[in-house]
Amino acid sequence: MFKKLNNIGDCGIVCDFGDEVNRTINISVIKLFHHIKKEVSKGNLDGILNYTPSYNKLIINFDLGKTNSSKIMDFLKSVDFSKLNISQNSKKWTIPVCYDFEIDLANMSKTLKIDKDKIINIHLSTDFFIYMIGFIPGHPFMGDLDSKLFLNRLKTPRVKIPAGSVGIVEKFCNIYPYESPGGWNIIGRTPIKLFNKKDESNPCLLSAGDSVKFKSISKKEFEKLNNE
Amino acid sequence: MSKFFFEVLRSGINTTFQDKGRFHMQHFGVTPGGCMDTKSFLIANALVGNTSNEGVLEFAYQGPLLKLAKGKTKISITGNVLFQIIKSNEETINGKCYRTYDLDEGDQIDILATKQSAYGYMALEGGFDVKPFCKSVSVLGRVEIGPNEGKKIKTNDKINIKSNRTNNKNFITNFSNNEKDTIRVLKGPQFGYFAKESQKDFFSKTYKVSNLTDRMGMRLEGAVMKNIVNTNIRSEGITKGAIQVPADGQPIVLLTDYPTIGGYPKIANVISADYDLLIQRTPGEKIFFKLIVLSEAEQLYKEHIKSISEIIKNIKEIN
Repeated sequence: MFKKLNNIGDCGIVCDFGDEVNRTINISVIKLFHHIKKEVSKGNLDGILNYTPSYNKLIINFDLGKTNSSKIMDFLKSVDFSKLNISQNSKKWTIPVCYDFEIDLANMSKTLKIDKDKIINIHLSTDFFIYMIGFIPGHPFMGDLDSKLFLNRLKTPRVKIPAGSVGIVEKFCNIYPYESPGGWNIIGRTPIKLFNKKDESNPCLLSAGDSVKFKSISKKEFEKLNNE
Repeated sequence: MSKFFFEVLRSGINTTFQDKGRFHMQHFGVTPGGCMDTKSFLIANALVGNTSNEGVLEFAYQGPLLKLAKGKTKISITGNVLFQIIKSNEETINGKCYRTYDLDEGDQIDILATKQSAYGYMALEGGFDVKPFCKSVSVLGRVEIGPNEGKKIKTNDKINIKSNRTNNKNFITNFSNNEKDTIRVLKGPQFGYFAKESQKDFFSKTYKVSNLTDRMGMRLEGAVMKNIVNTNIRSEGITKGAIQVPADGQPIVLLTDYPTIGGYPKIANVISADYDLLIQRTPGEKIFFKLIVLSEAEQLYKEHIKSISEIIKNIKEIN
């Protein structure tokens, strides 16, 4: 259940679930997200344009020409959280990653005083949970890494990181869907395409609330999957 | 492939297909995008008799030079735009915005510049023949989503037209450009993160639009906003017109192609009624922010929508 509802601009609402960031809170956010998405698809919430879950908030954007803040707030206050479900919507993924494409493992090993192989093993044994997708299309923010691997962002972000790069910062792991600038510590690369412009009905592979486990693959397997 | 098309003789600086944008996808990281100036977009389509969400060409500063290589069409240009129509017999017509012109095969339209403004629009009767992605033809250049492979128009591109002109009547409406420099805002969710003095400065000092301004954001230069709480927040969803303040204290207004989530505190949010006005301000121009409350913003939006409907209602045939 959210703790506060606030306006953001004249066509946005923030459902604020409190300051903490953990799976339980994020799952509540995602439950509300699925509920709103369903109601919108049934045509029950005319004027709602977007619903964006993040760690501890759900932001709703709406068309001020069709609805307004007080109507949406009334709806939100009437939501019965005990009846919301998440399991039917969440999926389990196994994502192949080739650690030969790492960029930062040597430096990480030095800073963390942990062998490269040990770092890879911890990463492989982690059951990741997707807190949110965003910033750019298909980009997942996943947690939680073992605190032994906690690292800060690079002091100087890289200008270009190849698409598919898998990075870590603090307790989070990400995958860059596009070649882009970035400051995460890169430990490998996946051949899996996270955003597919050719599939209009389902362009985005992952969703908030899904779980992810990584699987180590060789360079050869990477090339094979990458060319598929 | 369409039989009728324009040849692009000069692309212009940033010429893209746009409509109202792509919604219900922000949770996938896809920003709505769409036309920067909705008012000019709607009037452009209405003048040529299109439905309100037909795709148009948006251009910024210098627009394209297009030659109608095949077919005949009717166009409208909106915004504050300097343009010429060069007929195939070399007769040159100095164009006026907010009216339609017939183009025949071989005619050229030369969109020279936007005047004291950033964006202009060109609509065609019947529309452009472009393929939507997820129900929208809006181009998101940074992630290459939308028609034309998600890219801006290039010189030598072909631009396909859906259908030929159906009549030779032309239309006009009354419009006066508003160049007001006061932009009204609501308090942002982290307004309280900023020192009292900074809050006062924000609403009393001028901000200059910087060169680092594009469809994604407008960086401002002016009074530094002193953050007394935290220069980062947990990343959260973004709304159009949010004014975020990174650690250097210089505000950035997040515009139409905004990143879907962001982690900087937001001091304010531009009201919907003043958004079109804001995005037309060009680098070097000064703006002021004025604080209002939600009920005023809602009322102002109603008036804004009404003013657009009136301009559309006043479209008249040119005799």
